[in-house]
Amino acid sequence: MIVELGIIAAKAALVLFMVLNLAGLLGWIERKGSALIQNRIGANRASIFGFAGLGLVNTLIADPIKFLTKEDFIPPHGDKLLHTLAPCLALFPALVTFAVIPFGDILILGERVINLQVANLNVGILYIFAMASLSVYGIVIGAWASNNKFSLLGGVRGSAQMISYEVAMGLSVMGILMVYGTLELQEIVRGQGAPLRDWLPAFLKPVLGWLPAWGIILQPVAFLLFFTAAVAETKRIPFDLPEGESELAAGYHVEYSGGKFLMFFAGEFAEIVTAAALTTTLFFGGWQVPFLMRDGFYFPWGGSLLLPHLAVVVLQVGAFGLKVLFFCWLQILLRWTLPRFRYDQVMRLGWKMLLPAALANVIVTAVLIVAFQETR
Amino acid sequence: MKTMTVPLFFFFILGGLSIASSLMVVFQRNVVHSAMSLVATLFLVAVLFLTLEAPMIAVLQIFVYAGAIMVLFLFLIMFLNPTVLEGRQPLWWGLGFVAALLFALELVTLLSPTPLPEARIAPAADEFGSPQMLAHSLFNDFVLPFEVASVLLLVALIGAVVLAKREG
Repeated sequence: MIVELGIIAAKAALVLFMVLNLAGLLGWIERKGSALIQNRIGANRASIFGFAGLGLVNTLIADPIKFLTKEDFIPPHGDKLLHTLAPCLALFPALVTFAVIPFGDILILGERVINLQVANLNVGILYIFAMASLSVYGIVIGAWASNNKFSLLGGVRGSAQMISYEVAMGLSVMGILMVYGTLELQEIVRGQGAPLRDWLPAFLKPVLGWLPAWGIILQPVAFLLFFTAAVAETKRIPFDLPEGESELAAGYHVEYSGGKFLMFFAGEFAEIVTAAALTTTLFFGGWQVPFLMRDGFYFPWGGSLLLPHLAVVVLQVGAFGLKVLFFCWLQILLRWTLPRFRYDQVMRLGWKMLLPAALANVIVTAVLIVAFQETR
Repeated sequence: MKTMTVPLFFFFILGGLSIASSLMVVFQRNVVHSAMSLVATLFLVAVLFLTLEAPMIAVLQIFVYAGAIMVLFLFLIMFLNPTVLEGRQPLWWGLGFVAALLFALELVTLLSPTPLPEARIAPAADEFGSPQMLAHSLFNDFVLPFEVASVLLLVALIGAVVLAKREG
């Protein structure tokens, strides 16, 4: 009993530790990455008591200290309680979403089999969308409590954008759920470990049958729709209309400073990590390494390489981490490469392009599944 | 007196918090604070469902009520901005009192200690309340009401769009 609780607590702590630290690290990666893209040097002036030797570590420590020691300004005619509550509401959903994302298969320690996932809910992905639907409150409440017209406009824009793209995001995932036939993320990832030949019509089997059945191969359209909607949900360029500097100063967090702004900031980066982890889990095989089974590699051209259990677990968790890092970097790259949309373009893209495309994807997937059900 | 078990302990904490937050919905003067207290209440009730091993209902509760309906409520409140409440009218006080009384009576009859017959408290199946089971009964036993409800929602949606167009 105590040991079980301890294991769950350890898993939750580990996941929170990784997500928060990755969010902090992404703040630095974004500054350096943008510098790389724009041919600058980037953050290089952080010195602690005159010591600037450890560039990365210095910046990582200096940033939060600077945030936390600045004045925490509450607008005099704003709502003090809600103004303080809003950053917490913004950070909370991004952090708890991770509870159902599997970061590895199973770890066997002696007699004990540990599922490398904090909570294995049978509603899986619905939990993620439920939590994502709560993230609107941080913006709306923050905007309203600031008692500032720019804030309120940003908040209204932000919530309209998030609600619109949640619809497209939910519908785009539907295809994945139909293909793998489950809502549980761990089962979806396990389904992606199977070879593709189970899904293919007979004439394609010898050509493509050896590929792993990852979501990106079975549902390429869904991946494009999902990733676009996920980037829109993080409210960053090209979808940063809620905080468009030239129009709204900084939108819903214009009246925030110090530690509270840091929480909004960390929430944004945690959302990036969440979006990356979800994309990995649904479309890129989660913790799967191609051809790696529970006891080693089995290559489709014959031959195998047996590995000890611990090595397999390390490979799987490492693969998950690498994939998540890749998608984090892709989102940073997107932000510093693309120009900003106009607001009506954002709405048009969400409702008139992504939503019909997602619906069409659901219908086509359903028809294909029914058509090929006999052959499976 | 039952002994204090861990689930019971959590139940008292969650139940107490949800009662407190629902009282705050009623007694707050600031409408936005009331709305946020209602969100908190809905969320806490969802957590209560989770402790009863009904994650599907918990998630739907958050998804539909806390995540969608309350956002619209909040929107309306912010746009209309009724920061000062209108004076209390005796008629509403009276109606509210009658409604509260009826509800209290219902609660008393529900909570009165009539033991349920043994057959009615048979343990639920393992799969009870799972998404699969819900979908199975929705699309087999209740497929006609389900489809009728979806048509009704579609009609409401189209009606809202038509009304909005006429205003412009």
